[in-house]
Amino acid sequence: MTSGPSFALRPAPHVIPVTSVPQVMRRVLLALLPATVVYVVVFGWGLLINMAVAIVFALGAEALVLRARRRPIAPSLADASAAVTAILLAFALPPLAPWWLPAIGAATAIVVAKHLYGGLGGNPFNPAMVGYVVLLISFPTEMTQWLPPAGTIEPDLQLGLAAQLSFAIAGLLPAGTGIDAITQATPLDQIKEGLGEMLTITEIRNGALYGALGGRGWEWINAAAAAGGIYLLIRGVIRWHIPVAMIAAIAICAATMHTLDSSRFLSSTFHVFSGATLLGAFFIATDPVTAAATPKGRLIYGAGIGFLTFAIRTWGGYPDGIAFAVLLMNATVPMIDRYTRPRIYGRD
Amino acid sequence: MDSEETPRTPTVESSAVLDMGVIEGRVSRGRGVVLRAHKRSSTSAPLESAPLPNEIVLPLESGLSAQSIRPEVRSGQRVLRGQPLVSGGGPLATWTHASTSGVIRSLETHPVGEARRRQALCAMLEVDGDDEPWSGLEPPDLSQWDTPDALAMAMSRAGLAGLGGAVFPAGVKLAATWRRATRLVVINGVECEPYISCDDMLMRTSPREVIAGALVLVELTGAEAGVVAIEADKPEAHEALEREIGALGAADRLSLVVVPVVYPAGGERQLIEILTGNQVPSLVRPTDIGYLCQNVGTAVALCRFLQTGEPLISRITTVTGTGVLRQRNLEVRFGTRVADVVTACGGYNAPVVKLIMGGSMMGIPLESDVVPVTRSTNCIVAATEQELPEAEDVQPCIRCGDCAAVCPAYLQPQELFRLAGQDRSSSLDQFGLFDCIECGCCDVVCPSHIPLTESFRTEKQRFVKALSFEARKQWIDSREELRRERIQRWETTHGTRVVAGNEQQAIQHRLAAVTDVIARLNRLPEPVEA
Repeated sequence: MTSGPSFALRPAPHVIPVTSVPQVMRRVLLALLPATVVYVVVFGWGLLINMAVAIVFALGAEALVLRARRRPIAPSLADASAAVTAILLAFALPPLAPWWLPAIGAATAIVVAKHLYGGLGGNPFNPAMVGYVVLLISFPTEMTQWLPPAGTIEPDLQLGLAAQLSFAIAGLLPAGTGIDAITQATPLDQIKEGLGEMLTITEIRNGALYGALGGRGWEWINAAAAAGGIYLLIRGVIRWHIPVAMIAAIAICAATMHTLDSSRFLSSTFHVFSGATLLGAFFIATDPVTAAATPKGRLIYGAGIGFLTFAIRTWGGYPDGIAFAVLLMNATVPMIDRYTRPRIYGRD
Repeated sequence: MDSEETPRTPTVESSAVLDMGVIEGRVSRGRGVVLRAHKRSSTSAPLESAPLPNEIVLPLESGLSAQSIRPEVRSGQRVLRGQPLVSGGGPLATWTHASTSGVIRSLETHPVGEARRRQALCAMLEVDGDDEPWSGLEPPDLSQWDTPDALAMAMSRAGLAGLGGAVFPAGVKLAATWRRATRLVVINGVECEPYISCDDMLMRTSPREVIAGALVLVELTGAEAGVVAIEADKPEAHEALEREIGALGAADRLSLVVVPVVYPAGGERQLIEILTGNQVPSLVRPTDIGYLCQNVGTAVALCRFLQTGEPLISRITTVTGTGVLRQRNLEVRFGTRVADVVTACGGYNAPVVKLIMGGSMMGIPLESDVVPVTRSTNCIVAATEQELPEAEDVQPCIRCGDCAAVCPAYLQPQELFRLAGQDRSSSLDQFGLFDCIECGCCDVVCPSHIPLTESFRTEKQRFVKALSFEARKQWIDSREELRRERIQRWETTHGTRVVAGNEQQAIQHRLAAVTDVIARLNRLPEPVEA
């Protein structure tokens, strides 16, 4: 009997996957680039400072927790998932923020929302949104001081990179500038206040903060987010169900109420192109770990986020509702998945 | 990332329905993945016969018949080509025959390349090179195939088993159709595994026998329609089959249907769904509800057996992978060692890290090349590290759902995998563990590189092992009960009926039609090579 050479016994399939978690995360980062660029054009350098701080603290927190859990650190840092969390959180923060705001948010997102639930893949709640909501509830003042979009403010009042950095690090503003002089509410915030003062939508929208589609500047950030989202769809990183269902739900709710009373309810276009709608639809609601996993379930999950976002914006206590809507729907995912299980081949 | 294979998720298109027993319109796309094919490297060389080796290793028992078959040869005995080496056994016992002439050196336990066992009792045959045929071979007397058992037994004793890879006794499957009306016979020439091209080569080189064998199966089952299904990437085979359908005047009984290039469109249940729009109920066999699916190789083997009485002693094997010098298809006598087959292809060409019997998606990894080629050896892949590298590190599941999107059984592999670690047997059954066909699609799309298919294979074994003898019996009984219920429901909704009273007459009529097909085939002039 001939005794031949010996070969590897790894079982079938022998073809290895072409995608990987780091690749998925890299594509998400790439898809966020257009929205980042537009955001910086509209609101200045603050986003990049927030991102930098959030990334440093997210990766630091990830490394510390992994060390405490005695898990290998390098592969988890390399998968870029913590960076994606940090960047999405930074998008949700005011562009002019003290450094500890993104720092606390990022650390909370990674330590509490992610690793206390078992790390990547184990967390039921979207970490970036948990971080955001913790900040919103703990530091309401800092979280609602928004900068006016470019073009609505006198150029000498606009803060450069150096001024924003000095505020972020030391809380110092250029001499003679007060925080109230340079910050103001977001469009959704202002509309909520205006409606409370019995102004009509048309009256409010005459202000400088509004563009043709939604909040001035915000509409372009949303459009850029959608462009990135379409790239993700084409690349197969996300599937269409969640964004389509979410946008459709917001649009249908808004259109219905707008038709009933256009003086008190915003149009569907305004809803879709304001606040974090499209960023949320393509980047936050689609986080696979915390979203429903079945096609039908994703439609329900997306529609639920859309409806809750509309309800919170319209009747709730907060101007934007994406974060709360996402977290509420996160909690329903196990039930949604259970009741939308696809029929197995050949089963009744 | 530039990779050898580029899977993507196909969309599910509308499916054609089996309308009055005739396939019409477009076929559905089916679920699965599109993999980059590696077929041209083996189909560009002409089909040749592998030289007879010095020694041949013939496993004496197939997995299904281990208890009932007896070896009929002893050391030192001379045997001739086609001579059975065993006797006994029922319809499930596929006999082994000497694949050439020579002297039996010994009967011993020898490594084999099978999924369920590593070793089997084998006859070691010292080849004498004369290739002298056994005198006992004559075309079978069809008038004796008058019961399902007689038919199944005759075919199993000729060594006829499904050549698609699962090697289930072909006669047993065929005999099952005599208990019910058959709506559709599917001759499976899909061959969706990216490395395998043996069926393609068979259809190119023996199209007449493919069509004749298909006709035989249609006649034997009395089916309303017959379909030869072939993947869209085999134009040469398609053309050859089309020509022979004309030559044999089979157009009213058989149609050629092109199915999309999607893995695993060639899976029996997947193919039936693609062709008819109907899913075969879980636990129910296709033959229970009027579908017979046979591989093209099986059709040819049956046709040759009816023509000459020769049992199945060889098959076409694809020898491929960049680790072998000349990639090609070879007609290989059963029992030829993989090492000898590789030598016939010029030997190993580069450091081979992996030797696979079967394709890259479902093939069995071989530890060594001393194992023999058998009926199930449709392919041998000698892969270099570059070609089929080790997967990267496994990461946690991120619930992306890509596995569920491609699963041809419509399972949720991510949920099954989550449950697999938890020892929750009832949930596993409910989530379809045993509906998994182990095609490997989920592994190929998993961004976390989780070995899903292997975990399901292990879990199936663990599930069955964990049951006590009583519980196992109960479990099997409950599945049988479910099967019967589902067949009954199918019959009421789809109108498949049990064969009516004049069974004998119907069978005699079918056998006469088969005789006529073979007579027609024998009358045809030899095809002129283009």
